[in-house]
Amino acid sequence: MMKRLLSIPQRRFFSSSFQHAPVTLFSEDETLTRESARLWATQELKPVVRAMDDAAQLLPSILSGLFQNGFMGMEIDPSHNGSGLSFTSACLVVEEIARIDPSVAILVDIQNTLTNNAVRFWGSPALQEKWLPRLATDTVSAFCLSEANSGSDAFAMQTTAQRNSDGSYVLNGTKMWISNAEHAGVFLVFANADPSKGYKGITAFVVDSQTEGITVGKPENKLGLRASSTCPLILDHVQVTANDVLGDVGMGYKYCINILNEGRIGIAAQQIGIAKGCFDITLPYLQERKQFGTPIFDFQAMQHQVAMAATEIYAAETMTYNACRLKEAGLPFVKEACMAKLYSSQVAEKTASKCIEWLGGIGFTKDLLVEN
Amino acid sequence: MKILVGVKRVVDYAVKVRVAQGTVELANVKQSMNPFCEIAVEEAVRLKESKIAKEVVALSIGPKQCTETLRTALAMGCDRGIHIQTDLRTDYMELQPLAIAKMFQQIIEQKENPDLILLGKQGIDSDCGQVGPMLAGLLQCPQVTFAAKVESHDSGFLVERETDAGTESIHIQTLPAVITCDLRLNEPRYATLPNIMKAKKKPVETILAETMGIDLTPRNQVLQVIEPPPRKDGIKVADVDALIEKLKNEAKVLA
Repeated sequence: MMKRLLSIPQRRFFSSSFQHAPVTLFSEDETLTRESARLWATQELKPVVRAMDDAAQLLPSILSGLFQNGFMGMEIDPSHNGSGLSFTSACLVVEEIARIDPSVAILVDIQNTLTNNAVRFWGSPALQEKWLPRLATDTVSAFCLSEANSGSDAFAMQTTAQRNSDGSYVLNGTKMWISNAEHAGVFLVFANADPSKGYKGITAFVVDSQTEGITVGKPENKLGLRASSTCPLILDHVQVTANDVLGDVGMGYKYCINILNEGRIGIAAQQIGIAKGCFDITLPYLQERKQFGTPIFDFQAMQHQVAMAATEIYAAETMTYNACRLKEAGLPFVKEACMAKLYSSQVAEKTASKCIEWLGGIGFTKDLLVEN
Repeated sequence: MKILVGVKRVVDYAVKVRVAQGTVELANVKQSMNPFCEIAVEEAVRLKESKIAKEVVALSIGPKQCTETLRTALAMGCDRGIHIQTDLRTDYMELQPLAIAKMFQQIIEQKENPDLILLGKQGIDSDCGQVGPMLAGLLQCPQVTFAAKVESHDSGFLVERETDAGTESIHIQTLPAVITCDLRLNEPRYATLPNIMKAKKKPVETILAETMGIDLTPRNQVLQVIEPPPRKDGIKVADVDALIEKLKNEAKVLA
C-alpha cells in the first residue's frame, strides 16, 4: 500500500536526456564517488577485515578513514561540511564498502540514509546547524527504535518521554539491537511522549551520547556483522530539551516509516555488495582450482550455477538502482524499495551459500572471508 | 611559483589486458589515472601546501573521459585543469611520446610558463618514459628523472634520484625544469568525496588537439602486439643437485 509521503525536499531533477538512460548508467559524480569508495575499501579496509571480524571490533583508523574520505556525510550539503551528493551516490558507496566488509557498510548506511537524512528532512535549522556538520566530520549516529518487546511491532514501544512544564522531556526506557551504539556520539531516539495517543504520541529526539543517564550495554556476540557493534541502550531519566525534538511532537512514527523506506534501498545496496563480494572471492578460486585435470570453473554444471547467480545479482542491482532513481525523481518508490530489499537480501544469502558450496572444503573455513 | 603536472589516463593497473585485432582491447576496460602521475600530482600539491608553489595546473591529453582524470587531480589539490582533447590512442598506438612532448611544449611556452614541470616517470600502458626527457630537450631546460625526493633549495630544487648504483643527488639551479617522479617519492592521498565535488567548480579548459598546429603523426610503426606466452606450470625437484641441473640445462640461466 503506497503511503503519501510527507513533504520531503525535492532532490535535483536529472536532465531529460538522463531520464531515458539505463538504470545502471551512472553520472560522472556517481562514478567518481563509487571509484573513490572502491579504492579506499580495497586498499585500506580489505587488509583489516579478518582481524576486525575476529575481534568483533571496529578499528579507529577505519572509522576516521570513513569520515576523512567523506563517506559519512554524503548527501549533507557542503555548507554543513557534507558533499552534496545524490542518494544513488550514497547507495553506491554502501555497495562498494559492503563488497569488502558489510559491518563497516552498515555503519555508513545507517549514518547516511537514516540519521543524516532524518535530520536534513525534519530537523529545525538550529538542529541541523548543531548536528549536520558533526555527523559529516566526526560523529557516528545510532538509530534507536527497537526494544525487547517491540521489533516488528515497532510502535508498541515502551520508552517514554515525559514532558516537563518548561517544555523539556525526560526519557526512560531500554532499546535493543542498536547498531553503532558503541561508537555513536549521537542517538536518534524514538520515545512516546503521550502513550494515551498510542503510536501518535511517538516522538523523535536527537540525543547527545554524553547526556547523563545513558548507558550503552555490552555488545551482542553475533554470528555475523561482528565488527559492527549491536548493543542495548538504557535510558534512565535522560534530560532533553524541547530543541532536541526532531521535527514535531507526535510525528515520530511517520518520520520513522518514511525514513525506513529510504533506508530499505540502502540495505538493498548493501546486500548487492555482499553478493558481489562473495563472487569476487569465489570466481578466481574456481578458475584456479583444478580437479580431474580441469579448473572446476570449466565444468558446465558449475557454469550454469554461476550464470544463475550472476543473473540474480544483476536483477537485484537493477531493482535497487531503479528504486533510487524513483526516489530521486520524487515519484512513489515504497513498493519498489521493499521489493528491492526483499530480493537483494535473498540474492545475498543465496549467493553466499552457493559460494561456500562452490569453494568446497576451504569454503567452510574462515580464511577466504566468504563466511564473513 | 607555478607548477604544471601531466596526468595521463591509462588502463587501470589492476586490469588484465587482452589483445584483440592486433591491439590492446580498450572497450569497456576500466581506466584511471596513471599511478606515476598520481605521485606527480601529490608532490605538486605538497609543494603548494608548503607554500613553495602558488598554483598547480594539471594537463591531460586524451578523449572526453580525461575530464574524470583531471577532476581527480583537482580533487587532490590542483587549481586548474587543461584538457587537450583527442580521440587518438595515447597508448603508443597512435599518439607517441614526441607528439605528446610537443603539445606540452606549446602549452608551456605559449600559455602557462610554469617554473616546474612534474610528470610521472612513465605511463603504465606504453612504459616508454620518454615524454619527460624529450620535453626537457625541446624546452632546452634541466631534467631529473626517477625522482625519489624533491626539496626546494636556493632558487631551484635538490632532487634525489634512484639509480642501480645508489642514490644520486642533483641540484637544479635554474628554472623551469622537468622532474619525472618515481614510486618512492611519496604516497598519493585519496581524493575525498567533498573535494571531488568541490573540484567541479575548478576551471577546466578544453583545447582540441587538431587546432594546435602540431604534427601528431607517429614516428614509429607498431608491427605487432601480442600477449606474453602463458606461464608454464612449475615443476618440483627432488633436491638441490636436480635444481642446479635444471637451471643449467633447461632454463639455461647458469653457465
